[in-house]
Amino acid sequence: MSDFEPDILTFCCNWCSYAGADLAGVSRLQYPTNSRVIRVMCSSRVEPIHILEALKEGTDGILVTGCHIGDCHYIEGNIHTDERMKEIVDALEHLGLKDRLHLEWVSAAEGKKFQETITDFVEKIRALGPNPLKKNKKEE
Amino acid sequence: MTQQESTTNEEAEELRIGAFICECGVNIAGAVDCNAVADYISTLPNVTTAVVNKYTCSDAGQDEIKKAIKELDLNRVLVASCTPKTHEPIFRACVEEAGLNPYLFEFVNIREHCSWIHMWEKEDATRKAKELVRMGVARAALLEPLQSSEVPVTNKALVIGAGVTGMQAAMDIGDMGFQVYLVEAGPSIGGKMAQLDKTFPTNDCSICILGPKMVEVNRNPNIEIMSYSEVEEVDGYVGNFDVKVKHKARYVDIDLCTGCNSCVEKCPVEVPYWEFNEGIGTRKAVYVPFPQAVPLRALIDKSICIDCGACSKACERGAINMDQEDTFSDLEVGVIVVCVGYDVYDPEPNHDFGFGLYDNVITTMEFERLINASGPTMGKVVRPSDVVQPKRIGFVQCVGSRDVNSNIYCSSFCCMASLKNAQLIKEKYPDSEVYIMYMDMRTPFRMYEEFYNRARDMDIHFIRGRPAEVTENEDQNIIARIEDTLTNKIENLELDMMVLSVGAVSPESTEKIRQILKVSRAADGFMMEAHPKLKPVDTTLDGIFIGGMTQGPKDIPYSISQGSACAARATRFLAQGKALTEGITIAVDEDICVRCEVCVPMCPFQALKMDDDGKLEIITALCKGCGTCAVACPTGALQQSHYKNNQILAQVKEVFAYEEV
Repeated sequence: MSDFEPDILTFCCNWCSYAGADLAGVSRLQYPTNSRVIRVMCSSRVEPIHILEALKEGTDGILVTGCHIGDCHYIEGNIHTDERMKEIVDALEHLGLKDRLHLEWVSAAEGKKFQETITDFVEKIRALGPNPLKKNKKEE
Repeated sequence: MTQQESTTNEEAEELRIGAFICECGVNIAGAVDCNAVADYISTLPNVTTAVVNKYTCSDAGQDEIKKAIKELDLNRVLVASCTPKTHEPIFRACVEEAGLNPYLFEFVNIREHCSWIHMWEKEDATRKAKELVRMGVARAALLEPLQSSEVPVTNKALVIGAGVTGMQAAMDIGDMGFQVYLVEAGPSIGGKMAQLDKTFPTNDCSICILGPKMVEVNRNPNIEIMSYSEVEEVDGYVGNFDVKVKHKARYVDIDLCTGCNSCVEKCPVEVPYWEFNEGIGTRKAVYVPFPQAVPLRALIDKSICIDCGACSKACERGAINMDQEDTFSDLEVGVIVVCVGYDVYDPEPNHDFGFGLYDNVITTMEFERLINASGPTMGKVVRPSDVVQPKRIGFVQCVGSRDVNSNIYCSSFCCMASLKNAQLIKEKYPDSEVYIMYMDMRTPFRMYEEFYNRARDMDIHFIRGRPAEVTENEDQNIIARIEDTLTNKIENLELDMMVLSVGAVSPESTEKIRQILKVSRAADGFMMEAHPKLKPVDTTLDGIFIGGMTQGPKDIPYSISQGSACAARATRFLAQGKALTEGITIAVDEDICVRCEVCVPMCPFQALKMDDDGKLEIITALCKGCGTCAVACPTGALQQSHYKNNQILAQVKEVFAYEEV
């Protein structure tokens, strides 16, 4: 398992966490290459089906990131995100996949936190091992 | 167009995607093999061309995109370069010029999200870039044209905060012919500058240059000052903000009051005057903020008023009204400028350098009030413990700044403030001994270094170091144990008074307005600009600007420049009379909608409602395109344009490109 490199999908909201990821980049904060960002306008746009499909494909871990509570560009979108993620985690528990989803608030000023969040999550998933549903990858 | 129709259209159209991979000099090419990315991408379905540019955003790069759209008949364009936060508008405009709908453009970030964070992992970074672009290609194939709508702009501005920055912004907008509401939380405009004695680097009397400006603001026919007022709610979007302002009860009718002070003379209640004099000297329960206040009107502090009625009897004009209540105004404005300023760092909780333990340790702001000719001591500098003029005065720099225990940033104005105050002491009391204890003296900008030299010539002692220990002796003199790190000499410096050169912090009281407006907060607590270099007074929100200390510590000339900058940036919208709103909104497929109304309460902007026939109605002008309702919809009838389920799922599936089973 030592050469296992997890595939991580990170959902970022346009206003806070995407800008936080940008700041990490501008600050040249280095972190593992495992994560790929999908930008949505608000973290509350992330649907259960996005997460379930990703897991079904074989993605090893999914991070959902958004503005801190109180800072949501859409007032209370992230409150819905918080509620929905709890429900999805409950559902994933039955599938034995709950540790593969993580929610984190990252502000536009928290480049460092973005770096740490990705680094920690990659390590966590690395320790957890590959997604049991993982399919083979197409040849590039 | 329903979903089904749009799908049919997509099938009918042959996809021709052009991918442009930017090297950004070595910013991307240093870590990502851009040619390898382009080679790989050109093998993907629907990709007509994939090329590498040195700088895609340059004139040459943009010309290449436009040329390719025309010559290769591209109907989708993908650029893989930097962040959409700065460059998406540029490329959208570029493809639009070549006749393509701007929403058929897809942006992939391979700089901030790839090359810059994997600087020494070229192989992995290149693979990641390929996958990111592949994900973008999958999404680009499913993009649909959208129209951004043009909205009319209400040609009025709101300026929040009437310190020197807000005043400047209001004056400039007013002078350009637009109406301005200038809302100030305090009872007078003027801000912190009104409290200062002199201002560097020319030692002009602060209120002597600010006072006329305050009067000018008051006289400007386009400015309506709302003092002692606070913004409670803000709704809407660029060009069309609805603002609710609370006017706090002053218990004095400002139309009748003349600021004559006869009520103040009769008031029997006296308390330390914290708000303006830093607790030095007193004010009454009824008071006029300061002699140059605008508006020059009294107000009553109801929390200490004993309701004796003395002020009512004293007022010949009957201006006192103890039954006054808070009132509210609803304003419609097109743009908002936020200039809510700063607080000075409070050394009390941590007793920095003995502050709060020893009477004769004071802050710069207290010193400003002490040496101010119209201050509580009429400009006589005395120390708090015995009201005697101190002979030996020391300034400690970087208190609450450049310190891992408080704030790591430099507050930038404090070196100059102490140089100024040290000079003022030497001018007023030439036989004083004045010490400045510093880590580095920071005096950039015009005439500042000269000002520093002038202080050195005035026999002011500079000690490079910070007191390691501060104690008080039996005479209540301050003993600062300090090493001069230039001479390696440690001494116990005895001072009659020590002044802490406190830095600036973002006030807790402005957190509410920040959250109402949804402006981002930077790591240092101040509000965050859209771009640290290119958009220093913009926010990421169209039509909302920040100026002066709201964005971080700065001195008066810089703050005033930002006030003017805010005015110029904001007035663009007012002058054009129209603004473009984002084309990303929500749409309902009526064939699938079961009218369950689950979505309606989800919308924080009241953009969804059931019409008289029980059908879901979307008020597009109110929709901000967050997509939260789409997630709540149990049937998938609601779809967020540009972030449709199929578009996001295409990214989810293509990013790691697993084999179909």
